[in-house]
Amino acid sequence: MRVRKRFFFEGMVQGVGFRPFLWRQANANGLAGFVRNRPDGVVAEVEGDAAAVEAFLAGLKTNLPPLADVTRITGTELPATGEVGFSIVASDARGPAEVQISPDIATCEACRAELFDPADRRFGYPFINCTDCGPRLTIISEIPYDRINTSMACFPMCPLCQKEYENPADRRFHAEPNACPVCGPRLELLDEAGLPLPEAEPVARTLALLSKGAILAIKGLGGFHLAVDARNEAAVMRLRSRKCREEKPLAVMVRDLAVTADLAEIDASERMLLAAPERPIVLLRRRDGAPVAPAVAPGMATLGIMLPYTPLQHLLLAGELPVLVMTSANRTDEPICTGNREAVRRLSGIADAFLVHNRDILVRCDDSVVMAVDGAASPLRRSRGYAPRPLPLRRSYPEVLALGPQLKATVCILKGGSAFLSPHVGDMETPEARDFFHESIALMERITRCSPRIVACDLHPGYYTSQAAREMGREIAAVQHHHAHIVSVMAENRLDGDVIGLAMDGTGYGTDGQAWGGEFLIAGEKTFSRRGHLKYLLLPGGERSIREPWRTAASLLREAYGEEWQEMARRLRLPPPGEARRTGQEGKTGGGEAADEALASLERVMCGRIRSPWTSGLGRLFDGVAALLGLRRCVSFEGQAAMELEALARGDSHPALPFTIREEGPDDPFPGTPEEPPVRILDITAAIRTMAEALLKGLPPAEIAVAFHRLLPEAFTAMAASLRKETGLNRVALGGGCFQNRLLLAGCLATLRGAGFETYHHRLVPNNDGGISLGQAICAGARTMDNR
Amino acid sequence: MKFDRILLEHGGGGLLSNELIAGTFLPLLKNPLLEKLEDGAVFDVGGVKLCFTTDSFVVQPRFFPGGDIGSLAVHGTVNDLAMCGGAPLALSAGYILEEGFSMEELERIVRSMSAAATKAGVAVVTGDTKVVPRGAVDGLFINTSGIGIVRYGSPLSVRSIRPGDAVLVSGPIGDHGAAILSCREDFGFVSRILSDSAPLNGLVEAVLKASPEVHCMRDATRGGLGAILAEIAGQSGLRIAVREGDIPVREEVRGICEILGFDPLFLANEGRMALFCSGSEAKTVLAAMQEHELGRESALIGTVTGDRRGRLVLETLIGGAREVDLPTGELVPRIC
Repeated sequence: MRVRKRFFFEGMVQGVGFRPFLWRQANANGLAGFVRNRPDGVVAEVEGDAAAVEAFLAGLKTNLPPLADVTRITGTELPATGEVGFSIVASDARGPAEVQISPDIATCEACRAELFDPADRRFGYPFINCTDCGPRLTIISEIPYDRINTSMACFPMCPLCQKEYENPADRRFHAEPNACPVCGPRLELLDEAGLPLPEAEPVARTLALLSKGAILAIKGLGGFHLAVDARNEAAVMRLRSRKCREEKPLAVMVRDLAVTADLAEIDASERMLLAAPERPIVLLRRRDGAPVAPAVAPGMATLGIMLPYTPLQHLLLAGELPVLVMTSANRTDEPICTGNREAVRRLSGIADAFLVHNRDILVRCDDSVVMAVDGAASPLRRSRGYAPRPLPLRRSYPEVLALGPQLKATVCILKGGSAFLSPHVGDMETPEARDFFHESIALMERITRCSPRIVACDLHPGYYTSQAAREMGREIAAVQHHHAHIVSVMAENRLDGDVIGLAMDGTGYGTDGQAWGGEFLIAGEKTFSRRGHLKYLLLPGGERSIREPWRTAASLLREAYGEEWQEMARRLRLPPPGEARRTGQEGKTGGGEAADEALASLERVMCGRIRSPWTSGLGRLFDGVAALLGLRRCVSFEGQAAMELEALARGDSHPALPFTIREEGPDDPFPGTPEEPPVRILDITAAIRTMAEALLKGLPPAEIAVAFHRLLPEAFTAMAASLRKETGLNRVALGGGCFQNRLLLAGCLATLRGAGFETYHHRLVPNNDGGISLGQAICAGARTMDNR
Repeated sequence: MKFDRILLEHGGGGLLSNELIAGTFLPLLKNPLLEKLEDGAVFDVGGVKLCFTTDSFVVQPRFFPGGDIGSLAVHGTVNDLAMCGGAPLALSAGYILEEGFSMEELERIVRSMSAAATKAGVAVVTGDTKVVPRGAVDGLFINTSGIGIVRYGSPLSVRSIRPGDAVLVSGPIGDHGAAILSCREDFGFVSRILSDSAPLNGLVEAVLKASPEVHCMRDATRGGLGAILAEIAGQSGLRIAVREGDIPVREEVRGICEILGFDPLFLANEGRMALFCSGSEAKTVLAAMQEHELGRESALIGTVTGDRRGRLVLETLIGGAREVDLPTGELVPRIC
């Protein structure tokens, strides 16, 4: 019997070869009809024998293209029309937009093979792509995803490309960025002033410059990279000084897995992450004597490595240089450059030459960064390759726009049962970053085609994102920072009800106006109650202590030794010499008159509580302990001291460190009222004494670092057990930037599981503040549902 | 943000002060002069332009290196008049005294007030005294109001600032705040810093005589230079870019900021102003400022450009740029 059916497909169905796939399926089953893109999905009508229609539908479930993800299929019966042949018809731009925009995907094997095949017409063509790979999000100006709505609109296809594009049997059928050397984008080499260098072989010339130690700005997928030969120490140092990036590690791009194995130890899960179509930067344990310049990642036990993901990068890495530093092209703390003129302007004085092309980048998108923990990805930055792929949620929520915190900000939109997280936006400190933040809000609203009435932000009134929320004139939902961390973990793991939340980070605004960051919460989506925290510590001078961890160490010593603390600090050579303090450079030792003065003035600051908030931040504890161990007294980037403390922790022998858990008393700062549930204080003051005295006895700092990394999981598990006893809850969610510390996360997971807890942590969203917007959005959405 | 109680930060000259004014005083006292939110009100009386302003003084300690509450009460009001382009004609003084206050100290304060008024070329022509029971005020509070005459034509206002304008400051910033801090917290080892408390009317007169292209002046008080520039950026919708390296700060002030974790940009001043003038006039104006004894260390610190939204951008010593926000009075760090 002849039937006609209309199917409507939702999910990741555009820009992923879905329509040609349907065309092939229809032809294989001898069906007539058509398929077309709509802003909210893909619609297809098929007509033919009832059994053939069934077979068509069954085939959809098994043979889906690798990048496609169908979240829903709806079918309707229609009267047969007698149509002949199956066609792909033009997109329909009407109606609501629900379709998901694909992230950018690394060059596939088939394209890579053609790229290096001298017989292929795209041999050596740096913009080769097909429906399985290439740019997506970063070339989109509007949806639906059609060539006309991308930055490829200005490249009319040559007859050969057009033929591929129109042939449903071809791998490039409706590959929107399809191009070849005849009709497509071209490379161009510019000198340091942005003037064209006439050059027939820009790739070869670029390699020649790199070999000589030059710094090249190279246009990539989501922005420019700054590249230098990673084995040339002088070149790497020059890049650092021009970029004003003193010590923060630089990522490298490596030719292939074989070369990677020479640089770092890689296990199966890391191998998989490196080669995945998302091609993130993977943090790997660097091999001793790995052949890269020391300046690439000073003081770090890890290297950030990625494999080439664009045809141009494949061409570059196939040359004489198997390892290139490829760092986001910007000045420190600014967003990545995208436009050619913008790059020349912003990178003047940094780059010696520019390798550009004429395919515009329309959406800024940094490289993603992940590490492997527990056999799976633990993201540090979720951006290119991942964003804006939505996260499926456990239920539908009202539309919410969440603006994130001050640092590592991302923007998140909730719509239906999905959360759409923006690419990494960054730190809200520079004018460029703030412009990018506003661009990101506009982008996310455009690609989700909504403008939520509710805006979620952090409780901190001084965050730029909170200020932006107030200025939007929409309904505001302020969400506490650490609650957002835990809700973010819950959302990703689709958890309902209440959990025990371990929120561990540097600082976030607490409901008592102090700097929280070592929090034990009983948390649900909508509300939380703070049931425990690290003992409050004075943070002398506020933000200055974060830049100068020796101050935090002084505060720890004052807690541990009372009036004797200055003597202990002198013996531990804690304060930096005056000059080092001013420049932020590390000095050799602390001593002399200047040091005594520094200690005395710090005592006065702490005694008078001048500009000194209380903090329970675990990040601050890491800073303080790192400074005690003599690792560093001042930092040049966020988390530096903590990362070095983790890197130092090697070996098995270590002293036992004590901790106590007690109920909050009237002597604690900001005690709760008697009506509130009791708050537990995790106190490691005794451990500070043990560590200080062990150091003075000459125990190697590495052993103390190990001991500190063992203490925390034990203490956290004891705290969780105490909360389990009170509440009966057995699920523990771990979130917050401190869990970027692999030793800490792995240690906590093992200890908690050993004590019978069910543990949940991030695998898709960063533990750091990049995950905050998701938690904010879910919390605001859940509260709104409740209020209706 | 809505609060049901007044916080100290509502008086800090930062974000909460602005919210208090915009949310409570402006709507309830609504009138066109007040709505301009300048340092004083400028209005026409029989063809003569007058300006009128008021200020209250609660500083602790009452005596500090380089000044005291008496002279400060004159300078504060004279400077507000000067920022409107007004030469001071007359001042009033209201004293609120705590029962038991030392008569000797009161005399010292009034003597200082008198000397300051003479130096600024103005007299205190009317006054009021109230005594309240012990504990109702802390020692003594003073309010002064002032009337001035505006003799120069061009309107001095945030609305007059244009892209291309230059930004100048009349001397090193943060001296007053640092002086107060160093004696309040008794940092014995910090070398003495003197408050910058001074009457700016003479300097303003000299500048207005030198150039008709002065667009706006503001004296940096409670919130420091950073707060007034951020506020002006917000009100004007323009980008104010200042160069960190060009903003004068004394070494001693830098030192105390270092120890306490303050930013000199947000330390109080009582005798410093920021000035906006046409870029082409910057050199002339700077020369006129530097010729005056209260403007010797004046500096050209930045420029104004158009932008998609108003903001204050600090071009840092290492070549980066940082956006500076109005302080919220919040101690919890924004970085982690």
